[in-house]
Amino acid sequence: MATLEVLDIHSFYGSIEAVKGVSLTVEEGEIVTLIGANGAGKTTTLNTISGIIKPRQGRILLSGQDITPLPPHEIVALGICQAPEGRRIFTRLTVLENLEMGAFLRRDKDGVKRDLEHVFALFPRLAERRHQLGGTLSGGEQQMLAIGRALMARPRILLLDEPSMGLAPLLVREIFRIIREINAQGTTILLVEQNAHMALSIANRAYVLQGGRVVLSGTAQEIRHNPEVRRAYLGEVS
Amino acid sequence: MRKRAPLDLTRSVITAIGVTLLAYVCLRAALTVVRGSYSATTYASQLIFGLAQGGIYALVALGYTLVYGILFMINFAHGEIFMGGTYVGYFVIDACARSGLLAQKPGLALILTAITAMATSVTMAVLLERVAYRPLRRAPRLVPLITAIGASLFYQYSFRGLFGTTVKVYPDVSLHVGRIDLISGRYSIGSLTVRPVYFVVFGMAVVLMAGLYILIQRTKLGKAMRAVAEDKDTAALMGIDVDKVIVATFALGAALAGAAGVMYALYNKQVTHTMGFIPGIKAFTAAVLGGIGNIPGAMLGGLVLGVVEATFPTLLGMDVQLKDVLAFGVLVLVLIFRPTGILGEVLSRKRA
Repeated sequence: MATLEVLDIHSFYGSIEAVKGVSLTVEEGEIVTLIGANGAGKTTTLNTISGIIKPRQGRILLSGQDITPLPPHEIVALGICQAPEGRRIFTRLTVLENLEMGAFLRRDKDGVKRDLEHVFALFPRLAERRHQLGGTLSGGEQQMLAIGRALMARPRILLLDEPSMGLAPLLVREIFRIIREINAQGTTILLVEQNAHMALSIANRAYVLQGGRVVLSGTAQEIRHNPEVRRAYLGEVS
Repeated sequence: MRKRAPLDLTRSVITAIGVTLLAYVCLRAALTVVRGSYSATTYASQLIFGLAQGGIYALVALGYTLVYGILFMINFAHGEIFMGGTYVGYFVIDACARSGLLAQKPGLALILTAITAMATSVTMAVLLERVAYRPLRRAPRLVPLITAIGASLFYQYSFRGLFGTTVKVYPDVSLHVGRIDLISGRYSIGSLTVRPVYFVVFGMAVVLMAGLYILIQRTKLGKAMRAVAEDKDTAALMGIDVDKVIVATFALGAALAGAAGVMYALYNKQVTHTMGFIPGIKAFTAAVLGGIGNIPGAMLGGLVLGVVEATFPTLLGMDVQLKDVLAFGVLVLVLIFRPTGILGEVLSRKRA
């Protein structure tokens, strides 16, 4: 049984059917990436998993349990936490308070304290700026904070939406190195990316979304060598 | 550049009017002071009363500002939340007076009254949120506003229907500390008559505001409230139950209004089903004056409005009856010259 199973979901973004029957699975310990162009339905898929958007059709199972009807905060309680697109950190809360919000549902004070140290070890720059307001951070630091904040929930599955967006190449590489490190420490990751090249370089498996549907899936290796993908997403001229 | 000309013109005309008004106010005030029409003690006693009244406005204003900060709506039924608490508080303190508890243990009776008033206000506000506002959360902004006015009338006429139109009067309370009666006493210091109740009310208001501020800044609920105010979807993604936080916000504002109602009734003893209207609008004015959505702003706005209302009629040589005109004049002026209020941020920046 897969950890996360998305079964034929149809979801609307406003009045547009942005996801038209997406199915995917994520196994324990994997990095799975969802790639595709702008408007392919990647973010809507993630938000449907997180419960922010309710699908018109289809089901989402976490270790076999149907989580489709649950409100977002209960889905977080079951172990799925998201670092949303555009970082969406709380600009008027301090760095430390942002991280505390990630751990909102946790009651184990010692564990939270240890995870806080862990996040600060992953992102030393956040430790330096812990009492600064979130809004004063640079784009890269905000992305680190968004990932750190989601980690504070100690999720079984971490959903990352476009972590490379708007960052300089050097920072992108840094962020992806840390994503791989988080995975190596035991967190399963579902990664949405427009930067297909970077995403495929760290993922185990990939799904390619187009017009709200999965048009291709397989191991990252297979997808990388698919001529269609090379042309459309990896910027190769054939 | 040319396109902006009409706007610049309007702007400068408005500024000219504003400066003229301000100059007029200053001149009148200066004249009154120089002429010495009123003694320093007059101003002192007005200032003391203004601070107490301002404390009440500030506590009620916090209810408007807390809700606005989270839902971007004006809860115009908040004045009725204030009225409901005060009204039900009356029944408790009246029963205490009849049973003799008020005479024997006035402190206990007052605490009982305050707790009942706060509980009533909280219940009314939570019901209001659940029935009238939650279903409309995704409706256009005008819809909950109209609903709020409807809810306000609903509460007013419910109290009228249940308890009639006769004016209820809070009984006199004597709460002695040493030889000073904190609530009903009047003492002369030179030519100044001092009522300790105003100090008590102001002090209580400051304590409650400090408590609220610590709650918002330090506690988990306070941080969650700030997170929800900034971004509801992301707060939900962090595991925060947004609906619960919104209910807590309404409850918190209502508890302050209920407490303010009892404090208000200690020196303004008459209770009716319409008593929430004017203080409600004044507190709304205070919230706008300080910057709607801004918590320290509501506190400051309340105190400023209370003091302005108490001292300006004398300073400007106006009839005291015109103090309401003055208060709402302040509202209009703020909306024209500084719509973001004293401590307010630019709304567009806040929403971004």
